[in-house]
Amino acid sequence: MPVDQAALDAVALSRDEYDLLVQRLGREPNDVELGMFGSLWSEHCGYKNSKPLLRLLPSTGPRILTKVGAENAGAIDIGDGRCVVMKIESHNHPSAIEPYQGAATGVGGIVRDIFAMGAYPVAILDSLRFGPLENPQDRYLFHGVVAGIGGYGNCLGIPTVGGELFFAPAYAGTPLVNAMCVGIAEVDKLLSARAQGEGNVLLLVGADTGRDGIHGASGLASRTDPEARFEEMRPAVQVGNPFLEKLLMEACYELASQHRDWVVGLQDLGAAGLTSSVVECCAKGGAGAILDLEHVPRREQGMTPYEVMLSESQERMLVIAKKEHVAEVTALFQRWELHCAAIGVVTAGREVVVREHGVEVARVPVDIATDPPQYRREGVRPAELAELNAFDPATLPDLAPSEAAAALLRMLARPNVASRRGVFRQYDHQVLGNTVVPPGGDAAVLRVPGTSRGIAVATDCNARLVYLDPYTGGAIAVAEAARNVVCTGAAPVAVTDCLNFGNPERPDVYYTLEQAIRGIADACLQLATPVVSGNVSLYNEAGGRPVYPTPIIGMLGLLEDVTHHLRAGFEGPDCQVVLLGAGLEQPASTLGGSEYLDAEHGLVAGMPSIDLALEQRLHQLILRAHAEGLLLSAHDCSEGGLAVALAEACILGGWGLDAACDLPGRLDAALFGEAQSRIVVTIAADGFRQGGGLARLRDLGEELGVPVTPLGRTTREPRFRFGPIDLPVGELRRAYEALLEA
Amino acid sequence: MRFAIVRFPGTWSDRDTYHVLHDVLGQEAEILWHRETDLARFDAVVLPGGFSYGDYLRCGAIARFSPIMEAVTAFAEAGKPVIGICNGFQVLCESHLLPGALVRNASLQFRCEWVHLRREGGPSPWVDAIPQGTVLRIPISHGEGNYYADPETLDRLEAAGRVVFRYCDPDGNVTPEANPNGSARNIAGIINARGNVLGLMPHPERAGEQLVGGTDGNRIWESLIQSALAAVR
Repeated sequence: MPVDQAALDAVALSRDEYDLLVQRLGREPNDVELGMFGSLWSEHCGYKNSKPLLRLLPSTGPRILTKVGAENAGAIDIGDGRCVVMKIESHNHPSAIEPYQGAATGVGGIVRDIFAMGAYPVAILDSLRFGPLENPQDRYLFHGVVAGIGGYGNCLGIPTVGGELFFAPAYAGTPLVNAMCVGIAEVDKLLSARAQGEGNVLLLVGADTGRDGIHGASGLASRTDPEARFEEMRPAVQVGNPFLEKLLMEACYELASQHRDWVVGLQDLGAAGLTSSVVECCAKGGAGAILDLEHVPRREQGMTPYEVMLSESQERMLVIAKKEHVAEVTALFQRWELHCAAIGVVTAGREVVVREHGVEVARVPVDIATDPPQYRREGVRPAELAELNAFDPATLPDLAPSEAAAALLRMLARPNVASRRGVFRQYDHQVLGNTVVPPGGDAAVLRVPGTSRGIAVATDCNARLVYLDPYTGGAIAVAEAARNVVCTGAAPVAVTDCLNFGNPERPDVYYTLEQAIRGIADACLQLATPVVSGNVSLYNEAGGRPVYPTPIIGMLGLLEDVTHHLRAGFEGPDCQVVLLGAGLEQPASTLGGSEYLDAEHGLVAGMPSIDLALEQRLHQLILRAHAEGLLLSAHDCSEGGLAVALAEACILGGWGLDAACDLPGRLDAALFGEAQSRIVVTIAADGFRQGGGLARLRDLGEELGVPVTPLGRTTREPRFRFGPIDLPVGELRRAYEALLEA
Repeated sequence: MRFAIVRFPGTWSDRDTYHVLHDVLGQEAEILWHRETDLARFDAVVLPGGFSYGDYLRCGAIARFSPIMEAVTAFAEAGKPVIGICNGFQVLCESHLLPGALVRNASLQFRCEWVHLRREGGPSPWVDAIPQGTVLRIPISHGEGNYYADPETLDRLEAAGRVVFRYCDPDGNVTPEANPNGSARNIAGIINARGNVLGLMPHPERAGEQLVGGTDGNRIWESLIQSALAAVR
């Protein structure tokens, strides 16, 4: 009997995909099987549109311990027998529907990915995009998401140390909520998400299974425009229980760190619940499984096998225990006051057989379920870009010197520039006692417990630039994230990425996806930062309009000596302030895609550019100068350009700046142009250092081919003097804290 | 000294406290699961911060029924030193070892930031070695740290020297702006009538090393250690 369209719509399979499934299976799937295949073949689980493009990304390197996509997260060797485990993931669609729970369970999901690897989570970062705060709906989403992240992360006792926040009309009603988690493990205690060894036992641990979240993967995250059905879809958003997750995390870490030999695998239950975790573990281990659903603890009576297999109830883990250690593993979880139920066994076959009270309800060949069709599409450059790219900011009137101070105050108060303190003070960013550089600078720095090492972490993506040119914008996202960690004195080593795009079936969206990935790939190759893990979120559209293409880059940097780090703010008076990278005179083209152009002229236009080789040389300059002890502080120039970077360094440090030099060329570009690859550093006044720090910095700059431009010096008097601007730092701070009570 | 650090389900400052007491201050310390009932081998008890039982129902309301709390109460009643930090303070209030309650921050938001505290009141082994009027810089991290008690209780506490820490500005002035959560009379920490039980919303264990922002929190632990040494002499 041919399946009706409504049944296919419910699992987001096309008619062609269904026919392919029937052909491979050699029969029609039953209802339970259709639900399972629909989820596994969804974009969210199966990456059917993005996988061919993701292969373009470099993913290997001497430090990289995992194969990308093969595990719950990527692992990077950091020496001393330890590794960092990290991943970023989106929870955009649930957050659009129910912001608090959507964001909260986004945090819960990414944290499970990290402790499923046997690591202890040590940091969370959140990359957020919203429509303008003037829109009541976007304001509601913003407050709900921030509260949800705090509500979950704070309860878990994992510090939220960074991330970013950006507002633009392109995200109105369609927020992006990406959560990144970083964990630390001993290399030889890492766990894999695999089912292996005939007769080994599948244990389901943690929360009971309810009817929440059914069709999250296939329905919410894998098709266009759920907006029209928000009310109807709300039950597909799960509700988080961070207290339960805390216990699960502690129990799983104890299992991995002390009893690694009791288990063969550990996997979280995320999108598509039991279905994907069992099938994916079997795929990885080259095995099959028999599940007896009557043993799955339930929240409510009368759940069908379909519901049990597709429930996305949170805070559940699948443990594949060695048969001789099942009793010990069970006792461990019970000691943590958690439910632990044996729900199946590993088999030698390559099928997942689902039974209820001995009656077979589904039989899913693992190889078919994990091999969805893949689509390689033809992209077309969005038509509007030609005109936008041709725009020349030189045609705009320049900023008058008498207007510069007022323009700076307006820029500092812009929601995309202003201090994020109002957000991060709602997050516990200190628990675990490792936070050396807290949020508010370019990147957070954490101590690696038990070692002298540190890690620096940051996320970044200027989506306006990706919109204007997806290739260049993708490359810039990597460059800027790397620059952020370099500003702490850390060497960038690895990337995790979350690709947020619209409907890939549209040729213009597909083009941006492909080009952004190519830009990311080239930048990662240039900077030697392979992509170790990631996530793709497509169909981020509302009312037929895609969000800005937003490939969020999460960057990891390493510090050999955590005490030897740098901060963004000026560290004291009488330091020389030096600009590294492109100098004071800037062409009007650097205003293209800038915050200034949007703020003062209401334009998002122009053509971004970056020289990746210069970027890399700039990083080398900073790292070498820092290794020699030359640098006192370092701050990246990004949104708002040089003037905003200098103002931030004054505000963060509490010192003044005397750099009342003449600014050559266009004033707006010199102050607010957003040329890439620029960092403001301070060095000790020459009298304090034999031989002169500036001379040494110039030598290094000459050797590496990076311009070095002295700007002035820091002052005890809290006054900001730069070009024609002369303002008290207190006034800058008041403007910069505009978002505090937002 | 030998410290017992109690771990309820959902506690998260247990390891941080252990790190500071053991690794930084060189004390003996042990993390105890809440089902333990024997505190005989310890000189002091710490109820650390976190979200015991997820803060469900009411902060600290479920933890007070944990098996270990009977022993903690007996320990306190025997005059031995007990400190409740953040969620631990909430547990002490729920257990009636300290008066009053911690309610939702006046901002209605969680707050994690460095604050300043002025040392007052006493005597108590937890603060005796810190001179009156000293300003300590220690972080807070809570959503429900707004200390509440009726005015008579507050008057009684103040008259008896039982308010030992108040939120203040960096210069030691107790001002409304320096109050991060709306606490009555800027109260950040109180002691019981005998002075051996201290409840404190800020986290001294987060101010134990210069690398993570400061060492003022150690003054509280060091005060207790000095008092204990003095008692031995």
